[in-house]
Amino acid sequence: MSSPRSGIPHYWVALRAMIVLTAVLGVGYPLVITGIGQLALPAQANGSKETVDGDTVGSALLGQSFSDADGNPLPEWFQPRPSAAGDGYDGGASSGSNYGPENADLIAAIEERKAQIAEFNGVNPDDIPADALTASSSGLDPHISPEYALMQVERVAAERDLAVEDVQILVQSHIQARDLGYLGEPTVNVLQLNIALESFKA
Amino acid sequence: MDVFFAILQVASLILILALLYRPLGDYMAHIYTSRKDLKVERGFYRVIGVDSRVEQTWQSYLRGVLAFSVVGLLFVYLLQRFQAVLPYSLGFPAVPEGLSFNTAASFVANTNWQSYSPDLTMGYTVQIAGLAVQNFVSAAVGISIAIALVRGFTRRESATIGNFWVDLTRGILRLLLPLSVIGAVVLLASGVIQNFNGFTEITTLSGGIQNLPGGPVASQEVIKNLGTNGGGFFNANASHPFENPNAWTSLFQNVLMLMIPFALPRTFGRMVGNHKQGYAILAVMGTIYIASLTFLTLFELNGAGTAPQLAGGAMEGKEQRFGIFASTLFGSTSTLTSTGAVNSMHDSYTSLGGMMPMINMMLGEVAPGGVGSGLYGMLVLAIIAVFVGGLLVGRTPEYLGKKIGPKEIKLASLYILVTPTIVLLGTALSFAIPAVRADVESTSIWNPGIHGLSEVLYAFTSAANNNGSAFAGLTANTPWFNTALGVAMLLGRFIPIVLVLALAGSLAAQDKIPATSGTLPTHRPQFVGLLIGVTVIITALTYFPVLALGPLAEGLQ
Repeated sequence: MSSPRSGIPHYWVALRAMIVLTAVLGVGYPLVITGIGQLALPAQANGSKETVDGDTVGSALLGQSFSDADGNPLPEWFQPRPSAAGDGYDGGASSGSNYGPENADLIAAIEERKAQIAEFNGVNPDDIPADALTASSSGLDPHISPEYALMQVERVAAERDLAVEDVQILVQSHIQARDLGYLGEPTVNVLQLNIALESFKA
Repeated sequence: MDVFFAILQVASLILILALLYRPLGDYMAHIYTSRKDLKVERGFYRVIGVDSRVEQTWQSYLRGVLAFSVVGLLFVYLLQRFQAVLPYSLGFPAVPEGLSFNTAASFVANTNWQSYSPDLTMGYTVQIAGLAVQNFVSAAVGISIAIALVRGFTRRESATIGNFWVDLTRGILRLLLPLSVIGAVVLLASGVIQNFNGFTEITTLSGGIQNLPGGPVASQEVIKNLGTNGGGFFNANASHPFENPNAWTSLFQNVLMLMIPFALPRTFGRMVGNHKQGYAILAVMGTIYIASLTFLTLFELNGAGTAPQLAGGAMEGKEQRFGIFASTLFGSTSTLTSTGAVNSMHDSYTSLGGMMPMINMMLGEVAPGGVGSGLYGMLVLAIIAVFVGGLLVGRTPEYLGKKIGPKEIKLASLYILVTPTIVLLGTALSFAIPAVRADVESTSIWNPGIHGLSEVLYAFTSAANNNGSAFAGLTANTPWFNTALGVAMLLGRFIPIVLVLALAGSLAAQDKIPATSGTLPTHRPQFVGLLIGVTVIITALTYFPVLALGPLAEGLQ
């Protein structure tokens, strides 16, 4: 049980190595990265916050709910995807639903969402895109598909007494293409769209 | 058009990895063969009491690995137990004993199975000083073992296989740490957070309340992928937008997971003095990788099953910014390496799609596998393959100038039996012990019916193969799973390591024999085909029955 030098036991070498490595990798390294982040890239390092009139209203990266206290969707806002994070978009409890493809609860939930979204937006249930009917992986997905955003235009315009064309143009201008032109999927950031919508009214 | 984008995505990943193959592989070979110590390393060796010029027998090397891992286990365990008094614990209490054991075992074994939800359990100190440190060191241990095995092939009549402390130190200081700093800055610039802000309560646009999480995420995210660890800073892992904000960071994380495992064959080729041997191993890994990715993508794209059909696509548990293609790429990479990070929820995959991550892990994490463990796993399979090849033509098997005798075959055979035994035994016991079964069925299983069996099978497959991903509906924070999976992870990591180091010692002690006309060439397509066949057939024979009870049964309903 001796290391190559001077008969020091392996455990003693291991203990000393772990103490030094914890100081370097567990304290020094994260502090250096934090320093770089806070000095050079503070907006990103602190969560890409969105502000309205100086108040933080959320993060551009995290979805949030646009529902009333009972969980009913507010018709004057573009609605995000269903969320399995806590009671919905809980920033302290990120999670997917983890329902399997044959789970009866999931099948019932999709049926219910389909009927609700069709009625809410006055659209054909068969036209609703998959992202609107399914919970995301994080429960904090900030995005919806352009199709789902466009589907909500008439409802939002009617609720806010805005011209449908104006809201349509607003949505079009918020469609983000695939990253670098080919990675991932086209998206609409719900919070950013709703912030633009709110200032459009003003 | 979508398929075109998907192919372009994979093509750019392959291009980046191809560009890294030679420089990174050669650099790693240099690190582990150089005779010079850096000044900072000399200081470190003085502090810990190691003479870097003295080599170790395989037994001494193993004792170093085990001592270091036991100390690491205690460190992570105690940090969790004392969380309540640590700074930046976010008000979280001490982690309970069973969960602390499971988590310590998990991170020391390079598995990063998480029975807990980090959002609700772990403060910053445990994450950075406990978990992220193990992300570095357990990865460095894995690479060290692979290098020791390669030295077994390169040496003649040698009693030693290197110095563990030197290999460990160089892997961290010269490889993992510099790459992590670069990677962390890239992630930061792309939106990954890095702060000590804790939770910030804000009023949302529509007047609700939301808690925005903070945390030193970028520094941990990079080594979580680079070291094929996989433990998420957040419960949603790499699908959490603060860990993985966009499709570009997702591709970048694929590169981080794959760069070392796919470059190690180059290191191997360089060290044994024949790059073609490295290319043969690379070809085996790459072929299996592409095949598996194709299957998973097709299954998810097809979207079979009641819920995906009803929704019009398999988007349950997937992020809109990733869609199907960036999700299946990440899921394949993460389970074909031993990372186990997820950017989509595997539990919600289609039935046959969900089978693919399981098969990826059941292959033994060799295509390309975890950092180091992928290469040594594949070299063990290569030994089996030359043995099978030898049987077919009736010649004594040899590999890289070393005779593959009864001792080597015994060690290699034991190696390939260890993880399947743990997986199948653990799964079976979960249902065979009446009290355990009652608890598993009432508390742990989330999805009823066949899918529930798949959740348990997935858990033991993930633990024993040191992957760490999950069918995450399973509630694993129970006495049974914390204990059984904790033991499975430790045995699944360290029994193979013992066998590989014994193999390294046995090979190093041999003289080299010259190749003859009877030697099976191990750098040609013929051998690549044989090795792919051996890898797939061993897995298929072992696991087909249990897959037929789980995902296959569900998918073929």
